[in-house]
Amino acid sequence: MPGRIRVVIGKPGLDGHDRGAKVIARALRDAGVEVIYTGLHQTPAQIVSTALQEDADAIGLSILSGAHSTLFAEVMRLLHAEDAADIVVFGGGIIPPADIEALQALGVAALFTPGTPIGTITDWVRDNVPRPVAG
Amino acid sequence: MAYESESGLPVAPVYGPDMPAGWRAAEKLGEPGSYPFTRGVYPTMYTGKPWTMRQYAGFGDAAESNARYRELIANGTNGLSVAFDLPTQMGHDSDAELARGEVGKVGVAIDSLDDMRVLFDGIPLDRVSTSMTINSPAAVLLLLYQRVAAEQGTSGDQLTGTIQNDVLKEYIARGTYIFPPRQSLRLVADIFRYCRAEIPRWNTISISGYHMAEAGASPAQEIAFTLANGIEYVRTAIAAGMDVDEFAPRLSFFFVARTTILEEVAKFRAARRIWARVMKEEFGATNPRSTMLRFHTQTAGVQLTAQQPEINLVRVTLQGLAAVLGGTQSLHTNSFDEAIALPTAKSARLALRTQQVLAFESDVTSTVDPFAGSYVIEALTDELEAAITALMQRVADAGGAVSAIERGLQKAEIERNAYQIALRTDAGERTVVGVNRFVIDQEEPYEPLRVDPAGEARQVKRLAAVRAGRSESRVQLALSHLKRAAEGRENVLYPMRTALDERATVGEICNALRTVWGAYVPPDTL
Repeated sequence: MPGRIRVVIGKPGLDGHDRGAKVIARALRDAGVEVIYTGLHQTPAQIVSTALQEDADAIGLSILSGAHSTLFAEVMRLLHAEDAADIVVFGGGIIPPADIEALQALGVAALFTPGTPIGTITDWVRDNVPRPVAG
Repeated sequence: MAYESESGLPVAPVYGPDMPAGWRAAEKLGEPGSYPFTRGVYPTMYTGKPWTMRQYAGFGDAAESNARYRELIANGTNGLSVAFDLPTQMGHDSDAELARGEVGKVGVAIDSLDDMRVLFDGIPLDRVSTSMTINSPAAVLLLLYQRVAAEQGTSGDQLTGTIQNDVLKEYIARGTYIFPPRQSLRLVADIFRYCRAEIPRWNTISISGYHMAEAGASPAQEIAFTLANGIEYVRTAIAAGMDVDEFAPRLSFFFVARTTILEEVAKFRAARRIWARVMKEEFGATNPRSTMLRFHTQTAGVQLTAQQPEINLVRVTLQGLAAVLGGTQSLHTNSFDEAIALPTAKSARLALRTQQVLAFESDVTSTVDPFAGSYVIEALTDELEAAITALMQRVADAGGAVSAIERGLQKAEIERNAYQIALRTDAGERTVVGVNRFVIDQEEPYEPLRVDPAGEARQVKRLAAVRAGRSESRVQLALSHLKRAAEGRENVLYPMRTALDERATVGEICNALRTVWGAYVPPDTL
């Protein structure tokens, strides 16, 4: 029997706007996902380290400051360096379409922009994050 | 089922002339420009001259932002509003590890006096009033501004403008805090005292509900938590030995305007009435200016959509209208593309044009407080006043704003409301045009503004040049004086000013204070 999905919701960088992160965290929790929220002002290294320690199946990043290209790329680089590229990375924020394509090319699985129904995101997590085998 | 307002108040389908027993216009409304200022803080309001059109802007390096300000002034804006990037707002230099990817993104990067000179080059600071959205490092940026003005030949007593300087709401909503709350309040009191002596016409704080609203606060929560913060600042200044009428006339506020016009107008009117009463009855203010709630408004960014972004022009018009009908002193109208990226030059101009249509084509400026006496507006104003006062009492019962922040009370309330809004939008109980109704199959592509990604490296290079061109020993000495002041009770702004003159950077000043005061770690939970 598969176990519960574990997702780290992270706020990388200096952006203090956590409404989106908190709403998604609550919605995922209400959908039966185990959620670990990092809090504000995390470096990519701190987020990756949290994901490894928590044995997370996915990382959801929220950035509204325009620093997404740098910070998402750094998270992806660190996951590869830690041999943890199986952790699914998704995210959301104010991200122009051209940047979305570039980040998806780096392996970010999905990016959600303002106005996305929360049900779309919780469904996406359920359908795209592999369930861990119960231990 | 009756319509429920954003604050959860029932709105009746019809209102009539029956007012509650004891309702007297003279008491509840007063004359425009008179206590309790329900109808506005000035007797003539916009019939003499319209509100200040103040467009928040800034990105990239100081030279790029300077060009945007010159363009806004040429287009008829009459007050500047500076957006700083996140490293500046968090007191980190552009070369700090945490600054990576953030330099120049949501505002302009300012590391030292040299950047500030470029930012205001050719802008006459004796005639332009400047608002700076800066909180934890507000003292640093204000001192840099004063220094640049002095170099232009403008003295402190000629300067007009505002620093946001509202750290309490950072813990509640915006997240750009540095020091713990009580140390932050000491710095606020130092700023009040410094401005009283050196820059007497400056608005020393802009007590802000805007960011709480963006984080999900209802109108009643927005006003209640903001006024509760205001009360904490007033107590702090009085405890620091100042007389209420000495600093209260320089307090200003900052709220959101949503598309729900009726409730917003009532909200602004209720806020003015409550603040006037608190200042008069609770703090014994005798100068009428101490009891006036003067405020800036920004249209609700969170109501803008990335889908069919042109719809946002219509939303911003309604929001701006709500602010004007509510009696705002200054207004920022958002650009229609801000759910996608920073505004382009064209969208920024359109946002300003929206205000100009309201001010110069519509008739809403022809008479003061046009909604006064409307059955529904007066009823909603009273009901909001009651709801806000009850929430303020909850904060007071928790020991005041700071104690409530330390327990996470305001943040938890706001987050609960944000989640309810998201669920109701998802369920289709709230309409968002273009998002959950009236959608189109294929969104049109939109080419947003791009901040030059090479800007960060250029800014880091500029900073290195500043460090190379100064006396390191003099900087270190000045920073040690600043730390000593922070440990004791001396006003930290004077040694801070000396350090800035020696070319200490924004990050170095804030780091010096961090070593003495510590950094805030929030009680953050889900």
